[in-house]
Amino acid sequence: MLFINIFCVAFIGFIIWWFWLYKPAVATSVGDNQAVVVKDGVYTPARVKVKAQQATTLTFLRHDQSGCSASLLIPDLEISQELALGSATLINLPPLAKGVYPFHCQMQMYKGVLIVE
Amino acid sequence: MSKSSSIQLNIIGAGCASCVGKIEAAIKGVAGVESAEMNFADRTVLVLGSPPIEQLIDAVEAAGYKATAIQAGASEAAMNEKELADQAYYHKLLRYTFVALSVGVPLMVYGLLIGEMTVSSPSEQIVWSAVGLVTLAIMAVSGKHFYVGAWKSFLNHNANMDTLIALGTGTAWLYSMVVVAVPDLLPQMARHVYFEATAMIIGLINLGLALEVKARGKTSEAIKRLIGLQAKTARVIRDGIELDIDIAQVLLGDIVKVRPGEKVPVDGVVVDGRTTIDESMLTGEPMPIKKNIDDEVVTGTLNKSGSITFTATRVGKDTALARIINMVKRAQNAKPPIGRLADMIAGYFVPAIIIIATISAMVWLNFGPQPSLVFAVVSATTVLIIACPCALGLATPMSVMVGVGKAAESGVLIRNGEALQTASKITAMVLDKTGTITEGAPKVTDIVLTDVKDFDEDTVLSLAASIERHSEHPLADAIVASAASRSLPLVDITMFNALAGKGVEADFKGQILLFGNEKLMHDSKINIDAYQAKAQQLASEAKTPIYFSVAGQLVAIIAVADPIKVDSVAAIKRLKRNGIKVIMLTGDNKSTAEAVAAMVDIDHFYAEVMPEDKAKKVADLQAEGEIVGMTGDGINDAPALALANVGFAIGTGTDVAIESADITLMRGSLHGLADAIAVSKATLANIKQNLFGAFIYNIAGIPIAAGILYPLFGVLLNPVIAGAAMAFSSLTVVSNANRLRLFKAKDH
Repeated sequence: MLFINIFCVAFIGFIIWWFWLYKPAVATSVGDNQAVVVKDGVYTPARVKVKAQQATTLTFLRHDQSGCSASLLIPDLEISQELALGSATLINLPPLAKGVYPFHCQMQMYKGVLIVE
Repeated sequence: MSKSSSIQLNIIGAGCASCVGKIEAAIKGVAGVESAEMNFADRTVLVLGSPPIEQLIDAVEAAGYKATAIQAGASEAAMNEKELADQAYYHKLLRYTFVALSVGVPLMVYGLLIGEMTVSSPSEQIVWSAVGLVTLAIMAVSGKHFYVGAWKSFLNHNANMDTLIALGTGTAWLYSMVVVAVPDLLPQMARHVYFEATAMIIGLINLGLALEVKARGKTSEAIKRLIGLQAKTARVIRDGIELDIDIAQVLLGDIVKVRPGEKVPVDGVVVDGRTTIDESMLTGEPMPIKKNIDDEVVTGTLNKSGSITFTATRVGKDTALARIINMVKRAQNAKPPIGRLADMIAGYFVPAIIIIATISAMVWLNFGPQPSLVFAVVSATTVLIIACPCALGLATPMSVMVGVGKAAESGVLIRNGEALQTASKITAMVLDKTGTITEGAPKVTDIVLTDVKDFDEDTVLSLAASIERHSEHPLADAIVASAASRSLPLVDITMFNALAGKGVEADFKGQILLFGNEKLMHDSKINIDAYQAKAQQLASEAKTPIYFSVAGQLVAIIAVADPIKVDSVAAIKRLKRNGIKVIMLTGDNKSTAEAVAAMVDIDHFYAEVMPEDKAKKVADLQAEGEIVGMTGDGINDAPALALANVGFAIGTGTDVAIESADITLMRGSLHGLADAIAVSKATLANIKQNLFGAFIYNIAGIPIAAGILYPLFGVLLNPVIAGAAMAFSSLTVVSNANRLRLFKAKDH
């Protein structure tokens, strides 16, 4: 019994660490011809790096049919865009100040961040 | 935000990566192309520059491939494609449901009616392990998307609805398999299998998703209607030849012909012909609008009576219709502040549920009755399954989507979620007089003739207009326009002389003409005694009386006024009925202001307000604790519009200043204000119902699933029931939002 309790507490600790505390370090720069793919519940890459003070175009390619994945919101930039299914959707970003700009779907099931540096 | 000069093409027939260079080179050869980049993965080319799309397509075809233009989701084709994709997805989900339920239902019926689903003998072990494998197949077929999604999210340190479903059904299946494989490890009472729960949950949640896809389709009806307004082809005249071409190929400056009964294909300015055009689909204005040479025509409106030709001034995604569609789409995805709490919770929801499920299992294991292991597994599974982040996440956006679309249908464009929410709470509405309550264009309202012979209305107006066309006074235009509307001839006058603060004098065939106010008449010793009372009466009706004398005799009084819009009175009454304090501001003098205020039944007004003081009045009202809406034409009201809690810009026709205000009314009528407020209120009420429902559902459902009722009543929720509840909770939210579609703003 003690063993099971320890296991459960450890599991809870793991959940907290994995979903809330863990901060992934790697971010992918998205080149002109590379799209953020929207599929199976995730953005790939989910951490997108772009250069500061420079207008950028992000390309999103949605393969997921679920309604949730259809809209992309970048709340800090007041951007909300419907993503076309199966073809690229371009999002033109204005020159941005350094910082981290989260983006997500309407229900925050898909999550990603835009890292401007 | 978006560059107007990017074109995206779909390439068909590009089978190898080496095609990329060939296609790019072909496109770069077209004049006007700055760059062309092909994305081989999705067979699209992004072209920067402003080349004609048809030439791009020709160039690609010349290179041996086929190309079609992609129009950023605003075209009817894209919408149809989306519908087809939704339809296909719906059928796929239904197939998943059918497969899962065809195993789940018989199992459940067996468990309920025929026998215990326990493992107590080697033969049962064999039978149940076969059932376990069938269930695994169901998980792989009907539930694959949940498990793949959950795993990929997990790797991304993210958790979502898939995570909960995968964990819940996975736990139930794994436990059952342990029972089947090594029953002896478990106490006799705990040897129960839950394969039916796994299959039923997967089936029910797929069914819920399918119904949700259907319901979601309805929420975008308003956009579909707007997109449907777009004509598919345009008749252009190039080099003297009439051609029917796709609207995507209409160029700026093209001469476009529209016959009666046809839709205006692009925005433009009339160069020939006259007609009336029905703009109700965009502005909500029911009366057709007259169009003459130099008038603007707007995409999507319906030509009623005559043939016109016009020059295309805005095409493609720059037309007013395309901008309206874009704005409505953007606003539909925006979130009002009321949704922020739900958003924040949704962000932490799933991991929190996993923790709660674990704690629930621990409590059952440590303190629960025997077989505690079964109780632990059932309660953990049920908690994971019943929790519905979707209902929380959907509550706000679904209502906003329908509400913003509903507003657009009555010619009200709401810019963002915050405006939507604040508009529902407005307590004071500030109205600018000129152009908002009134037409904004002074007109001749009365011509009072004296008994001097030979002067009828037409003679008087013709002479007056002949003088006034030399004047720069604001009221002069009204006189000239009135003469023009009666097609009166103008005469040549001599010795035109403007007398500051009094009026004008002129000479016509040796007779002195005087046109001006009371002071001018007194100074020129013209007897007006018999008509002063009439003049005063006109002034009290918010009209400006102008005396007209010929050769020393008063011949007429012409009254000019900025007429009150026909429905201002009714619209202001609606606002007041909704408990909103209505305040009028005007730069005009007090007596005119008083007269207008009395006519439209406004109790609070401020006259002689300088444009820069309008913002101060708004600030004063806010200091008194009012939530202030400010309505103006957006030109000299900009600071006040910006300062107000909600700024309403009144559009003149469809030439909308979309970005300038929180809410844009596409027609001039003040009914748009009342409509906007009514729709906001209804939407906010709908959001509150949804949020309340979603919170209550989760707050009540999760503890019940964890077994809080067990100590009192000895009941524990069945995981299958939890699956059904979860599947239908988000459907309920979407359906409730759809109720808004039936809302009629004009009844409120």
